[in-house]
Parts: sequence; C-alpha cells; structure tokens
Amino acid sequence: MSPDRSLGDVLRNFARKRDFYAGGLMVLFGLVAALKGPGYRVGTLMHMGPGFMPTALGVILILLGVAIAGTALGVPPDEDEDILPEQPQWLGWACILAGPLMFIIFGRFGLIPGTFACVFVSALGDRTATWTSSLVLAAVVTVFGVAVFSYLLQIPMPLLKWGWPL
Amino acid sequence: MIETALTDLWYGFQVAFQPHNLMWCFIGVLVGNMVGVLPGMGPLATISILLPLTFGIKPVGAILMLAGVMYGAQYGGAICSILLNLPCHPPHAVTCLDGFPMTKQGRGGVALGLTVFASFVGASWGITEMIFLSPLLVKAALQFGPTEICSLMLLGLLAGSTLARGSPVKGVAMTVLGLLFAIIGQDLETGSERLTFGLPELSDGIELVALALGLFGIAEFMNSVNQVVTINTKYTNVRLRDMRPSKAEFKQSIAPMFRGTIVGSLCSLIPGTGPTIASFIAYATEKKVSKTPEKFGTGLIEGVVCPEASTHSSVQGDFIPTMSLGIPGDAVMALLLGALMIQGIVPGPQLISEHPDIFWGLVASFWIGNILLVLLNVPLIGLWVKMLTIPYRYLYPSALFFVCIGVYAANNDMFQVGEVLVIGLLGYILLRLGFHPAPILLGFVLGSRFEENFRRAMLIARGDLTVFVTRPISAVFIFLCVLLIGTQIYFRLRSSGRALGPAPASAPAE
Repeated sequence: MSPDRSLGDVLRNFARKRDFYAGGLMVLFGLVAALKGPGYRVGTLMHMGPGFMPTALGVILILLGVAIAGTALGVPPDEDEDILPEQPQWLGWACILAGPLMFIIFGRFGLIPGTFACVFVSALGDRTATWTSSLVLAAVVTVFGVAVFSYLLQIPMPLLKWGWPL
Repeated sequence: MIETALTDLWYGFQVAFQPHNLMWCFIGVLVGNMVGVLPGMGPLATISILLPLTFGIKPVGAILMLAGVMYGAQYGGAICSILLNLPCHPPHAVTCLDGFPMTKQGRGGVALGLTVFASFVGASWGITEMIFLSPLLVKAALQFGPTEICSLMLLGLLAGSTLARGSPVKGVAMTVLGLLFAIIGQDLETGSERLTFGLPELSDGIELVALALGLFGIAEFMNSVNQVVTINTKYTNVRLRDMRPSKAEFKQSIAPMFRGTIVGSLCSLIPGTGPTIASFIAYATEKKVSKTPEKFGTGLIEGVVCPEASTHSSVQGDFIPTMSLGIPGDAVMALLLGALMIQGIVPGPQLISEHPDIFWGLVASFWIGNILLVLLNVPLIGLWVKMLTIPYRYLYPSALFFVCIGVYAANNDMFQVGEVLVIGLLGYILLRLGFHPAPILLGFVLGSRFEENFRRAMLIARGDLTVFVTRPISAVFIFLCVLLIGTQIYFRLRSSGRALGPAPASAPAE
C-alpha cells in the first residue's frame, strides 16, 4: 500500500466522522465572530472596546473547534458516526419547522388562522396522524388558545383580520 | 445565627402565604407535576413556555411559580420511571433499575409512596441547607471585587459545561457559543451594535425566551417526533391503598433515604453536578454499603428511595449558588435567573438583602410546595397515570403552539417567532453533532455580567492579566479551574489508554 493512498484513506475516514463536522461548525461560528469583532474597535486590555470580547471568544471557539475535530482523529472508525438518526424523519422535521412558519404567515390574519395553521401543519408530521385527526386537534387547540390567550390573558393580537400578509 | 435565620424564615412564610403567592406556587407545582409525568416534555421546555406569561405578575409570584414547576416535575418524573420503566427525565433514570422490578412484583404502589416520602425528606434537608449556607456565602461574596467575580464566574461556567453530560470540550464550546450569543445586540458601555448582521430587530439582543424555547422546545420536538415508544400501561393500575408501605419496608428505607440526602447535598455544593449525577452516585454508594449488593436491580426498595432522596436534596441545593452568588449550576437554574433578570432584578450576592421577599419567600414556598406535592401525589396518582397515556402526536403540536404564542407574547413581536425557528433548527443540528445545548443557556445568562466585570477588572488592574492569580481569593478560583481541567484531561487520557476495549457506557440520560 503506497503511503499517499493510506493518507487518502485516513482523510476519507476523517471526513466521515461526526466530530469533524461538529468541530467545523464551531470553527465557522468562531470565524464569524473573530472576523466581525475587530470591526467594532478592539481596544487594549486596559481600555477594552466593544470588539474585544467577540474577537477573543471567536478565537477561543476556533481553537475549541479544532480540538473537537482533532479528537476525531484519535477515535477508531466504524463507531456510530452517522449524523442522521437511524430513521430520518424528514416529514416530521419539516412539519415541526413549518409550524412556527405557518404561525408567522397566517398570524398576520389574526390569532385564529395562525393557531389553526400552526397546529394543523405540525400535527401532520406524526406517522400515525391523519387529515381528520390533525383537523380536530387544530380546532381544539384553537378554541383553547383563543379562550386562554385572547380572553383570559388578553394578548394584544387580533382574532381575525383581513388583509395581505405583507 | 439560628435566631436570625428563623426570623427571616418566618418572614418568608408570611410572604409565601399571601393568597396570590400561594396560588402561583400551587399552579407551579401542579403544572410541574403534570409535565413531569408527560413523556417528552421536560421542566426546561415548560418553564420557557410559562416564562412570558409571568411578565405580567409580580417577581415574587413569578419565581415561586417557575421554581414550583421545576421541583414539581421531579415528583412526576419518578412516577414515569417506576410505573413505566421510562427514564423520560434524566435524574430518574436510575430509579427505573429497582423501581420497575418492584412494579412488576405488584409493589409499584409502595415504591411510589416511599418515593414521595423520600423526596420530601431530601427536599427538606436541601431547604435547611439553603437557609443556613446562603447567608454565609453572601457574606463572603459581598467582599468580592470584579476580579473575584470574574474568576468565580469562570469556575461556574467551566464546571457547568465540563461536568455535565457528554464530551467536556464540546461542553466548553457550547458555553463559549452562549457567551457569543449574549454579545449580539447593543454593547452596554458604548451602545454600538455588535453581531446584529444589520437586523434592527436584533439590536436588543437575542430574547432569552426565544433561545430557551428554540433549544429545549423545537429541537427536542424534532428529536422525539415519531421516536416515542408506545407505552406499556399494563402495570399502571395503582390505587391509593397500595401506596402504604409495611412497617418493615418503611424501616428498611429510612437509612438509605438519609444517605441519599447527604450524597445529594454534597453534590449540589459542586457547581455543575446536578441532580442526575447525584442520583447515580447515590445509587452506587447505596449498592456499596448494602449487605446484599447482588440483589440490586431486582426490586429493592433501597435502590428507589436513595437516588430519589438525593435528587431532591440536590435540586434544592442547586438554588444556593444561584440565589446567593447569582451563578447558576445548570440550565434550569440559568432560566430561573433569567426570569428574575427579565423582572429587572439583578442577581448576585446583594439579592438577599435587596429583595428579602424573593429569597425568603422562595425558601418558604419550597416547603409549602413540597407539602402540596405530597398531598397532590397521593390522591391524584390515578390521574397522573392516565396522563402518561396521552400520545405524543397530540402533545407536540399543542406544545408548538404554546411555543409560538409564548414567544410572540413576550414582546408582541413576530420576528421572535422566526428567531425561535432558526435557533430550534440550529439546536437540533447541534444535538445531532453530539453537543448538549444546555451550557449555551449558562453562557448566555452570565454573558453580559461576565463581560462587564472583566472590563472593570482589567481597568482597575491597568490591563494586567496576572491580577487573577495574584489576588488570593481569585487565585483559589483559578486554581480550582485548572484542577477541573486537569482532572478532565487525566480521565480522558486514562480512558483513551484503554479505549481499544469496549467503549465506556454512555450515560443513560440520552
């Protein structure tokens, strides 16, 4: 086996590891802070400017990210390194994330449409859910939500309002 | 000293017995008990959902209620572990080991009854500790300058992130990320906007509610959707009279109860070792001192009461550094501290003298709340058991609505619902990458105070970093930090030396 091929194997294994991406993400966050920080005036240790903390924390985060990715090298391969869970729940995830989105979009028409759309869409994410069960749940939660938040707690959000969502 | 403590406590009871405070305390423990039983809903998510609703009520009532949710959930979690063998809440995972076998033998009721009693004993000890230790800590902490506060915060942050679950390096990374999140928005001293990426909505910073609900609400829902196992309710038929232990069983569990209490209170003194670690240590200790260690795991009452007592004693003990020093030990405490800060109360050693009603009212309400919980748990056990069977497909969409409306109601701002969405997605990605997002909250809550004190310390010391090790008290804290990191590295090296064998069992807290 030629040495450069084994190096390629090492790198390929490395890129499959979860910690490689975990460290990478931290380096990314650190870079954003460390590059933005100096723009706010770093100052000196005695007279710190607003940019000191972001820059310092950014650098620390980059170092931690490198350390996390580095430890991935030491662990033997073929462990549980999958980033996605065994059974990815794309529909479930999409529906959960769509819930608040629906609340933002339909909330512009008032509390009732916002609540209904939010609960209905997110309820569809469950494997055993049906259209009917989701509709019923959405209706029940909407009634409850209006009673509690609009009448009891008096949240200043109109129940229903006509207009374009912009 | 005892006399002043008693007068203060008397004052506390007067505050806690005011009708509206009593009501908030009752609502808190009731809701907490309920969500403690519900699978897939933790105290963190519940407190974050309720947080915006507390803006309208007085600080004392708000904190009594939120704290009630927290220890109420501990009672509920035990039911889940004993009757269903479901470790839905990490501190009670170890209770499953002996609790569920007891249930299978038809002694689940006894296990529950003694658990309620043990919890009360543990909690009472924790509260007593809080009464006497907090004023002492405050006396010491009031002498601290910015340098000492800074190094103490550093110790708290390091302990909170390295002693918790998962890899210590990842924990520290999460804390630093939390500190960075705290920087977003206007700088307190100069008013210049930092890391807002041109979004005017971010100039007030990230909202604590949005951060907490994103990380512990949406990310958790994504983690649990379609993953929740169907519940076996075969053994959940518990009646009130099943809960009374026999005299022998009671006698058998007295000593383990007190041992658990002591272990829990010792654990709570070390920041970062929350109730989960306390319960594991208590179980291990109990097994060690037992004359029949081989019987553990087959339904021994000692294996149930000892960890439960230690959980509760450590939960109450965790309030000591939070309330007296303003340094939270875990994410729940950070959230409670955040709730106080939203109410305009500055956490720190001056809190007890400036707001005695909050501190002593809270202490007194712990006792009231724990008695309420005993009273609630005994007759309502049947109702709680029924709650266990609510399917997740109804739970999470409703909870999602509460998340949206809660965040919206915090400031009447739709932008923050979007904030929750983004933070939730990020939180789930972090979970999948093996991070535990709880330390983010620690860093976030302490962030601005840390920066402020660091700036001040450096200004006083004329930019000389050695001041942190030349001032004696600060040097002790820094030494403890180094010790903490040193032991972590030592254990890491030792375990990687034998890593070729089977991988060490990961905490069952997942």
